[in-house]
Amino acid sequence: MSMTEFILEPLQYAFMIRGLLAALMVGVVCATVGTYVVLRGMAFFGDALAHAILPGVAVGYLIGGGAREPLFWWGLLAAVASSLGIGAISRGTKIKEDTAIGVVFAGMFALGIAMISTVRSYTVDLAHFLFGDVLGVSGGDLWLIAGFGSAIVLVTLIFYKEFLVLSFDPLLASTLRLPARLLEYLLLILIALTIVVSLQTVGVALMVAMLITPAASAFLLTRRLPVMMGLAALIASLSGLIGLYLSYYASVASGAAIVLTSTVFFGLAWAGKTLQSKYLAAVYHGAENQAGGQV
Amino acid sequence: MALIKEFRDTDRLIRRQRPPHKTGAPILKVNGLGVRFENNVALKDITFELRAGERLALVGPNGAGKSTLFKVIAGVLAPTEGEVNVFGQEPGGHICIAYVPQRSQVDWNFPVTVADVVMMGRIGKVGLLRWPKRKDWEAVHQALDLVGLEGMSNRQIGELSGGQQQRMFIARALAQEAELMLMDEPLNGLDLNSQEAIFHILDELRQRGITVMIATHDLSQAAEEFDRVMLINHKLVGIGLPGQVFTPALLLEAYGGSLRLIPRGSEVLAIGDTCCEEGGKG
Repeated sequence: MSMTEFILEPLQYAFMIRGLLAALMVGVVCATVGTYVVLRGMAFFGDALAHAILPGVAVGYLIGGGAREPLFWWGLLAAVASSLGIGAISRGTKIKEDTAIGVVFAGMFALGIAMISTVRSYTVDLAHFLFGDVLGVSGGDLWLIAGFGSAIVLVTLIFYKEFLVLSFDPLLASTLRLPARLLEYLLLILIALTIVVSLQTVGVALMVAMLITPAASAFLLTRRLPVMMGLAALIASLSGLIGLYLSYYASVASGAAIVLTSTVFFGLAWAGKTLQSKYLAAVYHGAENQAGGQV
Repeated sequence: MALIKEFRDTDRLIRRQRPPHKTGAPILKVNGLGVRFENNVALKDITFELRAGERLALVGPNGAGKSTLFKVIAGVLAPTEGEVNVFGQEPGGHICIAYVPQRSQVDWNFPVTVADVVMMGRIGKVGLLRWPKRKDWEAVHQALDLVGLEGMSNRQIGELSGGQQQRMFIARALAQEAELMLMDEPLNGLDLNSQEAIFHILDELRQRGITVMIATHDLSQAAEEFDRVMLINHKLVGIGLPGQVFTPALLLEAYGGSLRLIPRGSEVLAIGDTCCEEGGKG
C-alpha cells in the first residue's frame, strides 16, 4: 500500500472526514482554553467539570431518545451550572477547594450513571458518553462544534491580556480594578463550553487529557504564552489526526487513540527537554573545567 | 446582559481621568485601620500619613501584618475597621498605587517575557477589549530603560537574577504611572550590588515625586536609606525618624523576645529576627 493510499483510504468514508474535522476543531479549542487550565493549575477542576456534566447529558439522553442535539444543549446547561456551582462552593466554605470539587464531581457523576442506567440498553450509550464517539459525529454536530468553538477561541483572544494578568498576578488585577471575579467566572464558563463541545470526541473520562496534555507539552517547549497556545493547538490537531488514523488501521477506540497520541507527544517533549538541559549542564561544566584548567 | 454592562462600567472606571488629586493633601492617610480574619487580629488601630515623594521603611517581625497593610492600602483587601484615604479618596477609586509582590509569591516559570510583565502595568490605561498602542509600548520601554533592563526585554522572566526581577516590577509600576509604590521585602536575598542598584533607582523615583513604602527586615538599612521608618507588630509601635523609632524600648515592644540588644559603647546594636527567603505573610 502506497503512502497516498494509506492516507486516502479512510477518507472515502464520510464519517471519517466528519470525525477528522471534529477532532481538528476540538483540538484547537481545547488547546487554547487548556493553556490557561495548565498555567492556573486547574487540571483537577477540568476533570471534575467534565464528569459533573453527565447528569445533564443523561437528561438529554432520556428526553431526546437517541437524538444528538438534546445531549449537547442539556450538557451545556449542566456544564455551566456545575462550573459556577463549583466556583461558588470553593469560595464559600471552610472545606478545601479540591475536597469540595471532589464531592460535587463524584456525586454528579454517580447521578448521571444512575439516570442512564434506568434505560435497558444503557451500557453501549454510557460507553459513548464516557469515552467518546468521534466517528458518530453528524453534520449538525460539526456546525455546533464550529460555532461554539470559534466563539470560545474568539472570547479567549479578546480577553487575552486580562486573562494573562489574572493568571500571572491576581493582585495586580485587583489593584488595576479589573473585574477579577467576572473574568474568573468567564474563564470557568469557557472551560465548561469547551468540555461540552469536545464531549463527542473523547468523552467525559478522557476529557481532561484534551485540555491539559497538549498545553502541557507546549509549556515544556516554549517560554512565551502566544507560542504556547499555537504550539498546543498544533499538537492537539496532530494528535487528533494521527489518533484517528491509528484508530482506523489498528481498530482501537478513537478517543483513546487520540489521547494516547497526545500523551506520546508529551513524552517526547519531556524527554527532549530533559536531554537538552542535561546536555547544556554538561557543556557548561565542560567549559568551567576548561577555564579552571587554564588558570 | 449584566456581564456586558459590568464590563462597560469597569472599562469606564479604569480609563477615565484620575480623580483630581488635592495638592497639599497627604498622598496616603490611614486612620484607625483594623483587619480581622475570623478570630485572628492581623492589624488594629493603625493611624499614619504619608507625604508625597517620601520614602518610608515598614519594619516588623514576621507575621506582624506588613503584607496585610500593603494589601489594604492597595485596595485588594477591605479593612474591617477604620479607613484608608489615597489622595483624599477610597483606595478603590485609584489605579495609581502599585503593589510589588514578594519574589517568592511569583511564578517565575510563567511563559511571559520581561516586556510582557511590564506591559501588564499598562492594561488599566489600555482598557478592556483593546490592544496596546504604540505609546503603551513606548512607556514600557522607557520604564525598562530607567531600571536598566532595556537589553533584557525579550527574556523569559525566570532568566533574570533576583535584583533584575525586582527592577522589572519597579518598571511595571512606572509603566502603570503609579504615584505610590508598595514594595514587599524587595531587598530580601539580594546581594549588596543589587541592593545598591535598587536604591539608585529609588533615588530616581524620588525625583519624580513618587512615594515609596518598603517592607524590610534590615534595621540598619532602614535607618540609613529611608526618610522615616514605621515599626509595627499588629499595631503601630512607632513612626518617625529612625533615631526616634529604633530605640531599645520600642524595638523590644515590636520584636519581643526575638530581638537581641547588644550594648556597644554609647549605642545599642539591635539584631532583629532577620529572616528567611520565604517570608510568609510578613
